[in-house]
Amino acid sequence: MQATLRVQRFDPESPETSSSMQEYQIEAEDHFTVLDCLIKVREEVDPSLALRCSCRASICGSCAMKVNGHAHLACKTKMTAVAPQGEPVTIEPMGNQKVVKDLVTDSTLFWDKIRQVDPFLQPRGPEPEEEYIAPNAAMLNLITPMGCIMCGACVSDCTVLEVDKNFLGPAALAKAYRFVADPRDNADNQRLTMLNEYGGAWDCTRCYECVQACPKGVAPMERIMELRDAIQTAGMPSTIGSRHVDSFARSVARAGWLDETMLAVESWGKLNLPKLISNAPVGIRALIRGKFPKPGPLHHKRPGAENVGRIFKRHEAARSGVAAAAREQH
Amino acid sequence: MSKYAFYPGCVSRGGTPELYTSTIAVADRLGIELEEIIGAACTGAGVLQEKGLKLGDTLNARTFAMAERMGLTTILTICSTCQGVMSQANHRLVNDPDYLAEVNEELKPEGLEYTGRIVVKHLVWVLVEEVGLDKVKSLVTNPMPDLKVAPFYGCYILRPSDALGIDENPGREYYLERVIEAVGSEPVNFPGRTKCCGFPILMINEANSTAMVGNHTHSAKDHGADAMVTPCPLCHLNLDGYQPKAAAQRGEKIDMPILHLPQLLGLAFGISPGELGLGKHIVSTKPVLDKASIRT
Repeated sequence: MQATLRVQRFDPESPETSSSMQEYQIEAEDHFTVLDCLIKVREEVDPSLALRCSCRASICGSCAMKVNGHAHLACKTKMTAVAPQGEPVTIEPMGNQKVVKDLVTDSTLFWDKIRQVDPFLQPRGPEPEEEYIAPNAAMLNLITPMGCIMCGACVSDCTVLEVDKNFLGPAALAKAYRFVADPRDNADNQRLTMLNEYGGAWDCTRCYECVQACPKGVAPMERIMELRDAIQTAGMPSTIGSRHVDSFARSVARAGWLDETMLAVESWGKLNLPKLISNAPVGIRALIRGKFPKPGPLHHKRPGAENVGRIFKRHEAARSGVAAAAREQH
Repeated sequence: MSKYAFYPGCVSRGGTPELYTSTIAVADRLGIELEEIIGAACTGAGVLQEKGLKLGDTLNARTFAMAERMGLTTILTICSTCQGVMSQANHRLVNDPDYLAEVNEELKPEGLEYTGRIVVKHLVWVLVEEVGLDKVKSLVTNPMPDLKVAPFYGCYILRPSDALGIDENPGREYYLERVIEAVGSEPVNFPGRTKCCGFPILMINEANSTAMVGNHTHSAKDHGADAMVTPCPLCHLNLDGYQPKAAAQRGEKIDMPILHLPQLLGLAFGISPGELGLGKHIVSTKPVLDKASIRT
């Protein structure tokens, strides 16, 4: 098959300061991956093309790059999957990281974030003579986060990092979960305290980009949601994020549906005057246009709301046992 | 007429009532009969799922069971977030009979049982896959060739792709463009079309959320759009309601009208802007009406 690759080029030594797109056409075998095509370009067409790769088997995590706008491992992405009719394929370096040259990015940001979450086991007490023993069942939910190969695809496509580099990001948060969920680790309190702060677990926007991008099924966003659960279950100090979940649950449990106005007020805090005042114009505009959601007692109950409340009660009862055990541990 | 179990979601009954009324206004013409699932609970919107998946899955199984009791097999929703959350819940429930049985135990006191036969479809999927775009084209009395519309999908109608059936129906990634063309307008491609609007962190980190609003609306404008259209009321709340704040944050005007999907259809079908609730928007929709040669 004829393959057409549109590759983003950038040379830091060139007087041209911005990147540009360069098109290559090569003959590709049907089994070729995007990486096979790029290597063929480098070896037969243009030796100046810079890219990273090593194992070519989805293990080393070196060849993450954007293929048609989203991060993929180039060695795991078949050309026939992204260009079934031989369409041009756009290849760019990963997002949210500085480009060193062409498809090579600087991974400093990625590793800085990973280091911030203390990515090592911190057990308590004297070191055992042999290995640390953990029950098999307690380790099962670590299998997915331990599958991370540090390729950075999730960081590339993170929509929060696009606007705020202070965010820990999906890879580091998934790594943090890996230790929070490890029964041998005893630093949960300090870990969860840090994750409960600005830039931590609550700043994720739940966009699923990282779940989609991860080539190893780590599903970082789902790990972040588990961290939020762990933060609340451990009784960490309330934040706007945790109050947001609680207020949401309270209104649905009471009325069967969401009380949007009280969700805002209770999340910010009823006495958080700066926040309430700064958002007053938004509420006034909605009021003027006749679309201000009725709050509190005016927020009517849906028929059968008592059945919804019953489901919540049973769920909360089951969770309270888990929460007590978690507090005991902390 | 095809009949659907209608799940409007919380926000079309709260912060964006114009979505509900504009849906009702276009449904009849499209041959869509909507029977609302009375008493259905909130899907959890991904937020309740932070308290454990089973709570949200139980609430959604309850909604599915109610739809089955109505004798219907397809739930039609007009909210992308509800679509995403219900699709994921359904995916977990139908693929794990033991889990489904466990969840059904929670529904027993209400006399409900979910058998796993429900399909959840957003209006835009129903339009393309069931109503047909030829039918949509046949209803257009006011084509709007001068109107350039940037589709804004947001997250939950596209991701995660396995639960949403995108892997089996890759065309779903372009349905909005096809609908825009069907009503006689021009779709505008722009980098933010499938990104997050920022709504889920609006209260938690307003600066980041507003920056996302500013980036997407400004980018759509830069690419020549006269308006954006979204299938998600939560995206609408943020892109429309917080656009003035986003403009202030960027220190420049944006003025990008944000349309709900049924409003775009309604304008092309000749329904009055008033009936479609265009006067309820925060960012004026007058530029849209001017481009579409509609007098108010």
